[in-house]
Amino acid sequence: MGNSAIIPADQITRDLLPQKFGTRGVIWTTILILTCMLGAFAYYRQLRYGLVVTNMRDYVSWGIYISNFVFFVAISLVGSLITAILRLANVHWSTPLTRIAEIIAVSAIVFAALIIIVDMGRPERFLNLALHGRIQSPIMWDVIVISTYFFISLLLLYFPLLPDLKIMIENKEKTSKWLYKLYRFQGSFWKGTKEQFRLSDKAINILCILIIPVAFSIHTVTSWLFATTYRPGWDSTNFGAYFISGAFLVGSGAVVVAMYVFRSAYKLEKYITELHFDRMGKVVVMLSLLYLYFNINEYLIPAFKMKKSEELHLEELFTGEYSKMFWFAIMVGMIIPIFVLIFKAGRKPLPMFIIGSMVVVGAWFKRYLIVTPTLLHPFLPMTNVPESFKHYFPSWEEWAIAAGSMAGVLLVITFFARIYPIIPIQETITEQTEHHENN
Amino acid sequence: MSCNCGENKCSNPDNPEVNGNSRRDFLMTGLTGLAATVALAGCGTGPNPFIPEEKVALTGGKVKLLSVNGEIIEIDKAFLKPVPDMPHLSNAEERHGIAGKKFVMVIDLARCKNLRKCQSACNHMHQVHPGQNWIKVLGMEDADHAAPYWQPTTCMHCDEPPCVKVCPVDATFKRQDGIVLIDSDRCVGCRFCMAACPYSTRVFNWEEPVLTEEVAEQKYSCESSMPQKKGTVGKCDFCPDMTRKGELPHCVSACPNGVFMFGDLNQDTVSNGAETFRFSELIKDKAGYRLMEDLGTKPSVYYLPPVNRNFPYENGLENSKTDDNSYHTK
Repeated sequence: MGNSAIIPADQITRDLLPQKFGTRGVIWTTILILTCMLGAFAYYRQLRYGLVVTNMRDYVSWGIYISNFVFFVAISLVGSLITAILRLANVHWSTPLTRIAEIIAVSAIVFAALIIIVDMGRPERFLNLALHGRIQSPIMWDVIVISTYFFISLLLLYFPLLPDLKIMIENKEKTSKWLYKLYRFQGSFWKGTKEQFRLSDKAINILCILIIPVAFSIHTVTSWLFATTYRPGWDSTNFGAYFISGAFLVGSGAVVVAMYVFRSAYKLEKYITELHFDRMGKVVVMLSLLYLYFNINEYLIPAFKMKKSEELHLEELFTGEYSKMFWFAIMVGMIIPIFVLIFKAGRKPLPMFIIGSMVVVGAWFKRYLIVTPTLLHPFLPMTNVPESFKHYFPSWEEWAIAAGSMAGVLLVITFFARIYPIIPIQETITEQTEHHENN
Repeated sequence: MSCNCGENKCSNPDNPEVNGNSRRDFLMTGLTGLAATVALAGCGTGPNPFIPEEKVALTGGKVKLLSVNGEIIEIDKAFLKPVPDMPHLSNAEERHGIAGKKFVMVIDLARCKNLRKCQSACNHMHQVHPGQNWIKVLGMEDADHAAPYWQPTTCMHCDEPPCVKVCPVDATFKRQDGIVLIDSDRCVGCRFCMAACPYSTRVFNWEEPVLTEEVAEQKYSCESSMPQKKGTVGKCDFCPDMTRKGELPHCVSACPNGVFMFGDLNQDTVSNGAETFRFSELIKDKAGYRLMEDLGTKPSVYYLPPVNRNFPYENGLENSKTDDNSYHTK
């Protein structure tokens, strides 16, 4: 790719075909499965005793389940950025990253939906949304756009996979029996004819255009779950754009982390090159600046006026109980990445991996800060309630479920990379040939 | 107490399909004429309407009743079942509300001394979870150097209710008589309404509600908000089950100082039980206002400012210490 030498097509295939888990892979997967099981046990307790096992109460009625939901929806937006926006902008260097971005998108959006069900007091009544659904509720909008986004993302994952399925079917000896059956089931109709490629390209182009407004919708609507209320910290016209910019940032951070991990785990240095890290670094800087811009709008303007309802909230964030977390999220999630990544040395793989992780961690705490402190600053004083209602720190069940859901996202990505090539084989071959011919 | 005749109107004692044994059982208990009136199986649906639903343990105590034939009969007390004093309303009727009414409440802050009788009556009658309250009495101070006062807050039953706007399943709804209610049989427990309510009036059943046996067995009704259900939202309901009977909500009748006045805007009348006022005059004379008018929620609860107070603020401080500090957790 790019500046590297030409690699023969059969070697590309050999390098990129899915590989069995090594020892590290088995340990990693085991840890993820155990975390998921712990989360499932915590959820069993929640089903049995009710949401009382959480530390949410009447004032903080939304906790880390909801901030986790926002976080997952945010991360999943990156699928549309890398796959659709860059593709429509005719950017080619991102081709090896498309599948990574798309599986992150699909996996995160599935767990976003699951965590919302976990947050429900009566999950068994989920179908009421269909039976008695009222379109005026932002929750209904969210249900509609998130399910649409899920299906478009799934197709954007599947269509580019078809030529690779053919390659894997051809390499029958390198795969297990049931995986072979799975590949046959999913892709045996794909013969790789010109007409099929034409149709597939066209379909992918349409999906790429479709997914952009839907992607913007999922996170804008998610921001509206907050912005449609009166509460200080949520009552903001800035919220849609603020959420979208933050979402692209955290998603790009996640892609950087995934790039680094897959690159070292599967020895993909020839395919995910330093050039990719360099370019992704520039993307992350740009998005950090953008997110910082919206943060300034979000906090500085209300702070300038200090309306009474906002005052307590902002003071808690800037200098009060939540100030450590607030400045941590701002520094780690935006400022430090900007200062490291504007230098070329900062965009090398290892520093990029560290910065990518910082962006993701900072973003998680940022979501926590968006949800919780606002609920602790209602309009009327918090009295006539037990002392425990006036504070919030998640219970072990909440942490376990949050951790389980994150492990779930990673598990889906891990299994996906075990079953399918995480870098598109056919596209890599095609791009390389085209690139060679153009030169 | 009266004999439960309401639900078994359709059974026919001369039904040819009657099973001989159970017929004899009835004859033995001496209830032939009354067969249609005592705890019978769901008539018309089951294969044999004359098999009692459950075994009734006889108490030995007898009561005299007038049978449908006009004869005086004597039956065991065990056969007596309480009959609800109001006909059971359908969910649709409960959602529709009481025709021609527009309920309104006036809270006179000059009369409140944080006695919290409203709160305890409400908690008792609705079996609100320990630690939670549907009515809160807030110690308010609007500005520096301003005089503090006690402000009871109920649900505002807004005419533009933010909670109803955001509910995804129509579980919380606005009735044509102005009352905002919750259908706990439909609520999915997403708690969006709690986030949307600027008055923080809503509470959630985080765990299995603590109910008396009698209430737990009741059929759920949105109007009585009972029995409450785990995983759903609850709040002040303006006691529509009381107003349907022509009685005042529990908080109104429980307050010894007449702080709460409740009534119908269409009749322009509010009453605290002892006194009755013309609503429009009361609001005009005493400069009534609503909470957070600027949000545009249009509450149905009006406040009269704390002027010429009946009690000094400090009198109420003692009661603030009694906040329930426990929320029972497992």
